[in-house]
Amino acid sequence: MVILFYIAAIVAILAALGVVLQKTPVYSALLLIVVLCSLAVIYLLLGAEFIAFIQVIVYAGAIMVLFVLVIMLLNARRETPGQGSRMARWLGGPLLVVFLAEIVLAAWRQFPGAASPPPLNAGPAAIGQLLFRSYVLPFEVTSILILVAILGAVVLAKKS
Amino acid sequence: MTIPPHWYLALGTGLFTVGVVGVLTRRNVIVILMSIELILNAVNINLVAFSRMFHSVDGQVFAIFVITDAAAEAAIGLGLIIALFRNKETVNADEIDLLKW
Amino acid sequence: MDTSSDTAFFLGVTVVKVVVILWVLLTATAYLTWLERKVVAHIQSRWGPYRVGPHGLLQPLADGLKFLFKEDIVPADADRVIYWLAPFIAFTLAFLAIAVIPFGGSFSFHGHVIPFQITDLDVGLLFVLAVTSLGVYSIALAGWSSNSKYPLFGGLRSSAQMISYELSLGLALIGVLMITGTLSLRGIVEYQQQHGMWNIFKQPVGFLVYFTAAIAETNRVPFDLPEGETELVGGYHTEYSSFKFAMFFIAEYANMVTVSCVATLLFFGGWLGPLFGPPWLRTWLPVFWFCFKVFCFLFFYIWLRGTLPRFRYDQLMAFGWKVLLPVALLNILVTGAVVAASS
Repeated sequence: MVILFYIAAIVAILAALGVVLQKTPVYSALLLIVVLCSLAVIYLLLGAEFIAFIQVIVYAGAIMVLFVLVIMLLNARRETPGQGSRMARWLGGPLLVVFLAEIVLAAWRQFPGAASPPPLNAGPAAIGQLLFRSYVLPFEVTSILILVAILGAVVLAKKS
Repeated sequence: MTIPPHWYLALGTGLFTVGVVGVLTRRNVIVILMSIELILNAVNINLVAFSRMFHSVDGQVFAIFVITDAAAEAAIGLGLIIALFRNKETVNADEIDLLKW
Repeated sequence: MDTSSDTAFFLGVTVVKVVVILWVLLTATAYLTWLERKVVAHIQSRWGPYRVGPHGLLQPLADGLKFLFKEDIVPADADRVIYWLAPFIAFTLAFLAIAVIPFGGSFSFHGHVIPFQITDLDVGLLFVLAVTSLGVYSIALAGWSSNSKYPLFGGLRSSAQMISYELSLGLALIGVLMITGTLSLRGIVEYQQQHGMWNIFKQPVGFLVYFTAAIAETNRVPFDLPEGETELVGGYHTEYSSFKFAMFFIAEYANMVTVSCVATLLFFGGWLGPLFGPPWLRTWLPVFWFCFKVFCFLFFYIWLRGTLPRFRYDQLMAFGWKVLLPVALLNILVTGAVVAASS
């Protein structure tokens, strides 16, 4: 279990770095799929089976296909780096470290040595109950959001 | 042997930071969108980890909302990129300067 | 029996099951190609393969050897890493889905009850959907990495086609899930056993939508636009040769088997069928019924190929979005109303 977590976490972080550092968009997209799948493994370890499979079906199987499709359509090749500002180059690194350290510190302070409780048996049924009872309003709002997104995408992609 | 919850939060933080760096440093709009997906995933790790820590399913329900929003965002974002490419023949964020003067 | 030897026994049984199932599946896919050539040939008043072995029965073996010994050509401008990766993705995913398919009840062996299934997941159906939803990458990436126009067209067409039809595929299954109330493939069959009725009688529309979408997902006639040989040479695998081509080929047939298995389990009662005879026969008859039902689906696939012409691309998209998807949604609505009214 612990070894599996470390493997999945390290793969996720390395692949995420790859997404950002790769100059070829298709490789970025592929590495992002690797990130998504290793996160699915981590969700499985957390006992969230349903989220893990939804992650693969929706994220890796549908959203990323759209990305790959658009990259292929636009035939996006290697990107030439921009010049960027000098201040960003000097301040970026230190600020990044400070930012990361701050969040990690806050997390450690907030949950000092909390032991993991026993795994939660959250099958699809439990999630469904909660989703359609306590969270009906957010659910409906999300569905309207998706409808708007579909309409927006159709309008945008239409040849004027 | 269980993994302390901190580690999940640390992983989330790591992914979030990588995503932010991607959004700020890359020029290709498609890669910027992918970095945003990384950020959303970092949030999801935290939500699912919290769901485990506090022993409640609510976190997982929110993770589902985040995934649906990510789908909507990707559809709109990629639609914008295609429309943009049709007009300007570029996917570089710093060459899209119609509002600059 | 102590736990460590129990674990060892479980591991041993699982390894044996994996090996046997993979062997059966590989042989089945190989002979599916033979069956396809034979059946299509007879539909067209030809004989089909006849030279290698009696009735051409050794033809798959000869084909396999030919694939192994042919020269492996990589296009000069191809993206080598992805060009290599694509067939491996296709092959792995095609065989991964079979891991959760139950093809019979269970049998006892030295006091252990062993199910006819590699592993029983609570969310087995989601596993199958997740694995098949990743299959599109192999085709899209194969098309892109070949760096040549026909494969690119094939890859683009297939990604659009598979996203469109995956929606209907998933939505068509929701009706069954609403009735049975479980995502476990074994659970769905057991529900049909308890109620003494196959789901096809309760979900005829769902089945039709599922199977139509599944044919599109596996890129078969009449939805085989990603590889339509008369317009795109060979589609996404135009540039592939030798063993990498064979991997795509095997993956396509293995996907057909998976899709047929899911259709059998969800709509046609899985391994349920008349049982008779001595106990050993009662153990193995369910496996036979399952294989027989899957075979009928596979035959239907080939039959379609021999009968129907290919769709035009715009017709394909219009059919997916304007016919199949609304019908699937309507099916969910009606099923939901019936389930709500009866509970």
